[in-house]
Amino acid sequence: MSYSTENIAIMDSIIARYPRKRSAIMPLLHYVQAIEGFVTPEGIELIAEKLELETAEVTAVSTFYTQYKSEPVGEYHVGVCINTLCAVMGGDEIYKSVSEHLGIGNDGVTEDGKVSLERIECNAACDYAPVVMVNWEFFDNQTPQSVKDLVDGARNGNPPAPTRGPKSLRTWKQNSAVLAGVSDGLAGEGVSAGEPSKLGLKLSKEGK
Amino acid sequence: MTTDVAVEMITVVIDGFEVTVPKGTLIIRAAEKLGIQIPRFCDHPLLAPAGACRQCLVDVEINGRAFPKPQASCTIPVEPNMIVKTQLTSPVAEKAQKGIMELLLINHPLDCPVCDKGGECPLQNQAMSTGRTESRFTGVKRTFEKPINISSQVLLDRERCVLCARCTRFSEQIAGDPFITLNERGALQQVGIYEKDPFNSYFSGNTVQICPVGALTGASYRFRARPFDLVSTPTACEHCAAGCALRTDVRRGKTLRRLAGDDASVNEEWNCDKGRWAFKYLSSKERVTSPLVRGDDGELREASWPEALARVAAGFSDKKVGVLVGGRATVEDAYGYSKFARITLGTNDIDFRSRPHTDEEAAFLASTVVNLKTTYADIDKADHVVLVNFEPEDESPIVFLRVYKQVRKRGLQVTTIAPFASRGSEKLKANLLSSFDQVTNLTEKSVVLVGERSAEVPGLFSAIAAHTTAKIAWIPRRSGERGALAAGALGNLLPGGRPVSDAAARIDVQTAWGVDSLPTELGRSTEQILNSLNSEGGLDAVLIGGVDPSDISSAALGQLLNSFVVSLEISHSAVTAIADVVLPVAAVTEKAGSFLDWEGRERSFDKAIEGPLVTTRSDVRILSMIADEMKKPISLPSVTSAAKEFSALGVWDGASVSKPTNASASTPSVSGDQAVLTSWRQLIDLGSLQAGEENLAGTARKAVAVISAARATSLGVKSGELLTIANERGSITVPAHIANISDDKVWLPRNSQDSQTIVTFGAAEGCLVSVVKA
Amino acid sequence: MSKLSPVLSAHWDEADSFTIDAYRRNGGYKAAKTALDMDPDAVIQLVKDSGLRGRGGAGFPTGMKWGFIPQNDGKDHYLVVNADESEPGTCKDMPLLMANPHSLVEGIIIASYAIRANYAFIYLRGEVVHVYRRVQQAIADAYAAGLLGKNINGKGFDLELVLHAGAGAYICGEETALLDSLEGFRGQPRLRPPFPAIAGLYARPTVVNNVESIASVPAIIANGTEWFQSMGTEKSKGFTLYSLSGHVKNPGQFEAPLGITLRELLEMAGGMREGHTLKFWTPGGSSTPMFTQEHLDVPLDYEGVGAAGSMLGTKALQIFDETTCVVRAVLRWTEFYKHESCGKCTPCREGTWWLVQALKELEAGRGTSADLDKLLDIVDNIAGRSFCALADGAASPIVSSMKHFREEYQRHLDLGSCPFDPIASTLFAGALS
Repeated sequence: MSYSTENIAIMDSIIARYPRKRSAIMPLLHYVQAIEGFVTPEGIELIAEKLELETAEVTAVSTFYTQYKSEPVGEYHVGVCINTLCAVMGGDEIYKSVSEHLGIGNDGVTEDGKVSLERIECNAACDYAPVVMVNWEFFDNQTPQSVKDLVDGARNGNPPAPTRGPKSLRTWKQNSAVLAGVSDGLAGEGVSAGEPSKLGLKLSKEGK
Repeated sequence: MTTDVAVEMITVVIDGFEVTVPKGTLIIRAAEKLGIQIPRFCDHPLLAPAGACRQCLVDVEINGRAFPKPQASCTIPVEPNMIVKTQLTSPVAEKAQKGIMELLLINHPLDCPVCDKGGECPLQNQAMSTGRTESRFTGVKRTFEKPINISSQVLLDRERCVLCARCTRFSEQIAGDPFITLNERGALQQVGIYEKDPFNSYFSGNTVQICPVGALTGASYRFRARPFDLVSTPTACEHCAAGCALRTDVRRGKTLRRLAGDDASVNEEWNCDKGRWAFKYLSSKERVTSPLVRGDDGELREASWPEALARVAAGFSDKKVGVLVGGRATVEDAYGYSKFARITLGTNDIDFRSRPHTDEEAAFLASTVVNLKTTYADIDKADHVVLVNFEPEDESPIVFLRVYKQVRKRGLQVTTIAPFASRGSEKLKANLLSSFDQVTNLTEKSVVLVGERSAEVPGLFSAIAAHTTAKIAWIPRRSGERGALAAGALGNLLPGGRPVSDAAARIDVQTAWGVDSLPTELGRSTEQILNSLNSEGGLDAVLIGGVDPSDISSAALGQLLNSFVVSLEISHSAVTAIADVVLPVAAVTEKAGSFLDWEGRERSFDKAIEGPLVTTRSDVRILSMIADEMKKPISLPSVTSAAKEFSALGVWDGASVSKPTNASASTPSVSGDQAVLTSWRQLIDLGSLQAGEENLAGTARKAVAVISAARATSLGVKSGELLTIANERGSITVPAHIANISDDKVWLPRNSQDSQTIVTFGAAEGCLVSVVKA
Repeated sequence: MSKLSPVLSAHWDEADSFTIDAYRRNGGYKAAKTALDMDPDAVIQLVKDSGLRGRGGAGFPTGMKWGFIPQNDGKDHYLVVNADESEPGTCKDMPLLMANPHSLVEGIIIASYAIRANYAFIYLRGEVVHVYRRVQQAIADAYAAGLLGKNINGKGFDLELVLHAGAGAYICGEETALLDSLEGFRGQPRLRPPFPAIAGLYARPTVVNNVESIASVPAIIANGTEWFQSMGTEKSKGFTLYSLSGHVKNPGQFEAPLGITLRELLEMAGGMREGHTLKFWTPGGSSTPMFTQEHLDVPLDYEGVGAAGSMLGTKALQIFDETTCVVRAVLRWTEFYKHESCGKCTPCREGTWWLVQALKELEAGRGTSADLDKLLDIVDNIAGRSFCALADGAASPIVSSMKHFREEYQRHLDLGSCPFDPIASTLFAGALS
């Protein structure tokens, strides 16, 4: 995999956002994942060169954060929240059933490269438990069956839309580019808030 | 900028005892002053506090208010009205420390019986003082693949690691080489490298030494010995002029390892990997163990000392003899050579410079360097450091660490006069200039560090000698040069900096030596000695102590062929191979003596090895024996007698010789594929003292040819593609490296694997070569 | 009258609430204009006077934090917004940023102006792409409207605002770890002192504030300190977002004056799920010692929760009913802390490794009551011994659950297994069984 002139220009623009260029290491790692799907040796070496760092320093950072993957993940990376609240509310059952359904475990990838699975920690959507994230988009109030359907759809190239997110689910690489700060123009899509988020407001308007 | 102001003192109470320490002192160190040892792992006095291991927790109260939790004593400076209770007086601190120790051990393999650190291990020792006799942990320990090579020289055993980050902090903060880092996180956090870039720092060995467990080990020492079987002797490093204090550890007459010694004013607690790991030459199979004389058959054969001395006397008597001392003689040995040349041989034809040199340099040394008093402390206080044809990381690594420390600490301004910005210069954030006359911003607090390669630039030493504002230091590569200069092992100087040309100076020395006269004619330089060996009316014979002729020129060895050659050597070499008489001398570990480091500071050392297999005679003792045989005694039967006599002679306080006033020369102009060669020696290279050190050699920087971007474009090469650099004598093919170097120049390492410029081109600097794509 | 007080959430039911047009339509960016007409020190004073305290967990007075920044020191100052919301149970900042990102942007303009910062950063956790999009768009729209960039509102005030995605590390919610992460290092906490107010981002004076704290500022400027102080309790002023999750009928966000009780909130959430009773709950995320039925009437403000032996934290009220095994819940939280330990210090790194193994044994019913005492002793060697508060957080659920439910631990040991059916706790219990 090599980086095009356009890719390099985007990396330079990411670096230019910061008063000191080392700060760009995290968005650049997201960007490497946008281009290559995971943090490759080539990506590490390129970032080291761009930021005038040692490769070891880039490795130290990339291995600290769980979103940076040292191995390829699926086009649709499915994270099942197994932190206490989601686990208790059904996350454990969801994880068990989808893992059996796909025949892969934690950090596994299906043979077709379409779906990978991860046990994730709390994703700040507890009022929508049990929560599943796909490519870091919210899939709220899931059940074992809804997640089976979700991954089947993903493998068939027809995944359902996120509950609170864009109209259609974007790929792992596409969303990695967003996290690097490369806008995909989809901010306007999706609800402004889900029902639980609005519950207090609704009750207040009802005078309760 | 540091200024010498009175330091505020603070009194604190620790375990009921008052102690007064300078403001800023950490609790853990204030406690040390009272003899109270607080256990610790991550703490190191020369590294920034980390507070990571939490082993040093103590109870602290300030102004009557106690911290709610025990505090890490390695991170908190003392304050007025502070009361500290360590494990000795606080049950909370004691339990906290025991708790931490228990946690540190739950994942430790407890493999002390097979660990190199066993017996000198802070974890082992503190587990005894602070641990429980039995672990309460019954679960599964964390396991990792057993030792992995993070370089050819350093092994990492992650299971033993307590993640104190001493090694990673050293590499970043002290060496500027963050090639090892903490990777992953949480319980999986581990020290590591980027898989393709090993831990090839010139200073990597220090991490092995400061590792408080057996996680980092040196390949050369692994499984060789137990600490309690070793005999340790404080020694001084013979490799370069930085002056490191070392500790040499010997088992049964064999040197097994060397460690950095502590000397706050010189090497602090560090040394370089060459000083640490290049010592196999001391116990090489190539050692000369008996006097050898060349027989009629042209072969060397063993001889008795009387026979060999008689051969030497016969060869030297009534002959014109030159003396080449070599750059690693001790002061005492150099003094012996100096006196032997003047009294026994009646000549000033003596030179310690076995490297490119000039008469201009000799004048600079005699007029200026003998009086220099610049020290490491001046670097600490400098407002500007200028490196003149001097690459400290390669040529005097501890000087590099010292400058780097100030660059990191306070942004010390550094300027380098060099062909391009080396890795070392980049770390120092040095401003790159091409000549000394471009340097501005020099005050009396500035320090100009002049390298020996300045001899290769006509007029440069003259310009330095004429400079009157900044402090000057001359930093040769080799450990013996400043001492040999002081001892008068140079054609224009007698011991103590006395000019040969000054009658009063000669009378000083005559009186001390009890002789009627001394030769008055200025002596020849190394090059002139060699040249005159084969010329009409020139020299007939030469006495050589520890010189590798290929360091001087490719022709040097050939020039010795038709003369009477006496070699004082520790090991067989190109010189012993053609010498008429070879006399074995003691290696640095086998004798006492001293070096003068670049500051002129005495670095004395004792014999580290004794035993039946050891060669015990220092050069000076053998010279004294030859002199006796020739009936022109120098009366220096021992190192001690030489040291005493030299010291009693004192230094010259009369007028110095004139400073050199040579003009600069223009560099040759180039056209087409031509370039002007420039080079220096990298720290780890093919130097003879590094012979046989394969693990060390594996960490050497790979040879590259440095060219400018413009030249690369015109040649159509990218960094990493092969270039061939050639002249009429030979060629070198190495990968290109593009840097900010003059379009007219090409840089190569002087004596590295795949790139030996003197051997190949017959020159190291300034000659024309062609540069083409290979 | 409603016990609720929607301010930040007042327009979340509008389909375009996240847009600059909607925000302006509802009065947005007027406070920024007001503030920029004030002296910066007066803005700091106003926020001090309001009594606003940090909404990220610690409750430190926001105005006082701003006041710590040395002025006229000739140095660059920075504002960094902590949007790394990752504390288990905490789910207020993400919906806030999804539905109302401009309240944060406006708060940032005001806060940066007050502390004389010309550069501000939002450190947003990386696992929320759509939130990133909304904030990114809000920033772009604010730039386009001249609310960010050079010479804002023609007042000669310049401000650059950078959105920075994290990449999965709970510890980066700790402010110094966040700063190291933002500087491009591993997100491990720094030694303090120096504190961020003196040497924060790039070793320059820096304010680090939670999203909700900063987003609350425009409303305070717009409506005044009296209005703000009219809500809340004596030392805990104003409104805040309470997040109810778990075994309640209707989980969700409830913006209310500080000091409301769980009993009141639970009533609004429709009570516990049908046929079940409250067993234990966290007042402010997993790191705050758990409460039980006894604590239904504890006023949920900084002092009230503290007095009852826990912390207000992030006001993340995770509610568990009687079907939930407390040992399982605690084990899972402990696994979280182990996963998120940065590895820097021994007690947290090694301690969480041990605690997970110890709790797994107990959950499986293996051990004796001596092992329960041992567990508490291990915790005693971890809590208060570590570099930052993460390990203290890890200790909280263990210590508090042992305090309230030691007999349940013992029951596991007596039985030799877990007495609970995990299916019974799930939302789809009926469908599965």
